[in-house]
Amino acid sequence: MARRNSRKMASVAYPDLTLDARGSVSLIDEEAMLEGRQSFWKDVWSGIFSNKAAFISLLFILILGLVALVTKVFPQVLPYDPFAQDLKNTLLGPSAAHWCGTDLQGRDIFCRILVGTQISLTVGFSAVAISLSIGVLLGAVSGYRGRRTDAVVMRVMDMMLAIPSILLAIALMAALGKGVEKAVIAIGLVSIPEYARIVRSEILSIKESDYVAAARVIGDSDSKIIFRHILPNVLPSIIVRATLGISTAVLDTAALGFLGLGVQPPLAEWGDMLGRGRDEILRAPWLMLFPGLAIMSTVLAFNLLGNGIRDGLDPKTRKR
Amino acid sequence: MLKYILKRLLMMIPVLLGVTIIIFLITRVLSPDPAPVVLGEHATMEQMATWRQDNGLSDPIWLQYVNFIGGALHGDLGKSYYSKAPVVREIGARFPATIELAICAILVASVLGVTLGRVAAVRKNKLVDHASMLFALIGVSMPIFWSGILLILLFAGILHWLPSGGRAAPMLQPSGGTGLFILDTIVQGNWRALGDVLLHLILPTVALALYSMAIITRMTRSSMVNSLNEDFVRTARAKGLSRRVVNGKHALRTAMLPVTTVIGLQLGSLLGGAILTETVFAWPGIGKYTVECVLKSDFPVIQGVVLLIAVIFVAINLIVDIIYAFLDPRIKYGSLDEG
Repeated sequence: MARRNSRKMASVAYPDLTLDARGSVSLIDEEAMLEGRQSFWKDVWSGIFSNKAAFISLLFILILGLVALVTKVFPQVLPYDPFAQDLKNTLLGPSAAHWCGTDLQGRDIFCRILVGTQISLTVGFSAVAISLSIGVLLGAVSGYRGRRTDAVVMRVMDMMLAIPSILLAIALMAALGKGVEKAVIAIGLVSIPEYARIVRSEILSIKESDYVAAARVIGDSDSKIIFRHILPNVLPSIIVRATLGISTAVLDTAALGFLGLGVQPPLAEWGDMLGRGRDEILRAPWLMLFPGLAIMSTVLAFNLLGNGIRDGLDPKTRKR
Repeated sequence: MLKYILKRLLMMIPVLLGVTIIIFLITRVLSPDPAPVVLGEHATMEQMATWRQDNGLSDPIWLQYVNFIGGALHGDLGKSYYSKAPVVREIGARFPATIELAICAILVASVLGVTLGRVAAVRKNKLVDHASMLFALIGVSMPIFWSGILLILLFAGILHWLPSGGRAAPMLQPSGGTGLFILDTIVQGNWRALGDVLLHLILPTVALALYSMAIITRMTRSSMVNSLNEDFVRTARAKGLSRRVVNGKHALRTAMLPVTTVIGLQLGSLLGGAILTETVFAWPGIGKYTVECVLKSDFPVIQGVVLLIAVIFVAINLIVDIIYAFLDPRIKYGSLDEG
């Protein structure tokens, strides 16, 4: 549904852009493009600011980012060392001293959750960066060139889509070994087809438009047409998809960690913490309660933010 | 129609071949040598070399692939490195458990999801609508393994209402038959065992269904909201048909088209979700087994499972497309032939 909406958006949301261009080369006019882009970002922001949930989510994500940064650069602000074992204080329940209790090694869970934002956000953003850049490129080339290139690229995407992404990620992690950067690669690779398909289908409808024909007439190269004229119009759906994609990536990271395929101990990763606490579920439910809450609220925030941006860009729901 | 189905069946072949190539690249090229993992740290170089020889791992990679495909065409997917049993048999023993869970989950998700989505659409912007959309949002944001553990904590740990894992109490487990316990216990007329099997199914089904249910609810709602605004719905209302008939017959039926696709796709993704659910609930299906095999580099099993799931996934997509063509009178087989 979202996809269909956003495709319409390319032509409907910025009527000024397409109308100006019709039949003339004027669209390639910098001014018109700049105007289009400015109104695009205005829509993104108005989507976020007019939607309370999206705005709170953005704030929450910014705070998470800040937490990740501060705990990385100034680990001394944490009241406890999140990695050092303290076998005298294992499995303590939540208290004033340990807000979220302590784990099997006596480490403070709250501190570990704070430090865990580093991995979740790093993997989330980097994995999406990988799938986004490769997926958009493949989708763009495939949709623009058509014919054989399209057939080959899309068949390969079909092959990847025929394997559940979590299964593919698990197999990749098993092959590559544990580690943050490997999780980034595994999770990034498995989402490529989604982006490729979105971009391809948008490009198929955009490439027949007059302004692309006009650009071709004045002799622009293929790469210039793709990057200057086509991709900016696909941007709305890519941004929405990428924001929602981060939430999927955070979930996948946690799933890999939960299965014991994520990071090397003693690194703090939410899914890994949850998985390790599983056997003590009745004795110490806080071991899995708080990391789970952290995962869910982060995923929820990215979902709400993505929905807010989508509504802001969607001419049907936008208030003008 | 037949031509279309045949064409689609033929198109499955390159996709499935590609899937085998992808998984072969991952297990045989990217993965480290399985010999030390399988034989243990104390194995000598000679033992490892012999083991590799025996399992065809010292052949060039293309020959290994040709052998695998040749075997697969004859229904032979190799032998597990550990149990030495044929992969087909290993998977066959566990597959019914996964199928039973996935079918229950998709049924629950579809029935509840469509109902909830329909109610939300009819009562758009009312409390029910907001509540169901909030539920859908939480449903897609909750890690499946976390909701599973929470369910265990609440219903097994605190309330003691339901078992925390497994498919049935060992004493009541039906032997022989299809491996689908619900079916087996009904055929055997063993009602006590059926009750036990159903009790064991509840928590994993709910955990697995939650995500798909959320997606189906959202899809049904938005699709139904669209169809409620269509002219034919207004016409039907104007004709004096009751709201109930119009909503149920006219609007919902049209709205079901995209929902069918989503349900089909969800069935595929349930197989992925089953990997996590089965691990949480100690459910003896292929999902849990796959994770175990991945962790101990049992390549033939991993290849077999991935191939099987890919076949199911591609087949579901085909079936969904065919159902779609049947449901939507606007789609003519002829036009599908071209596409």
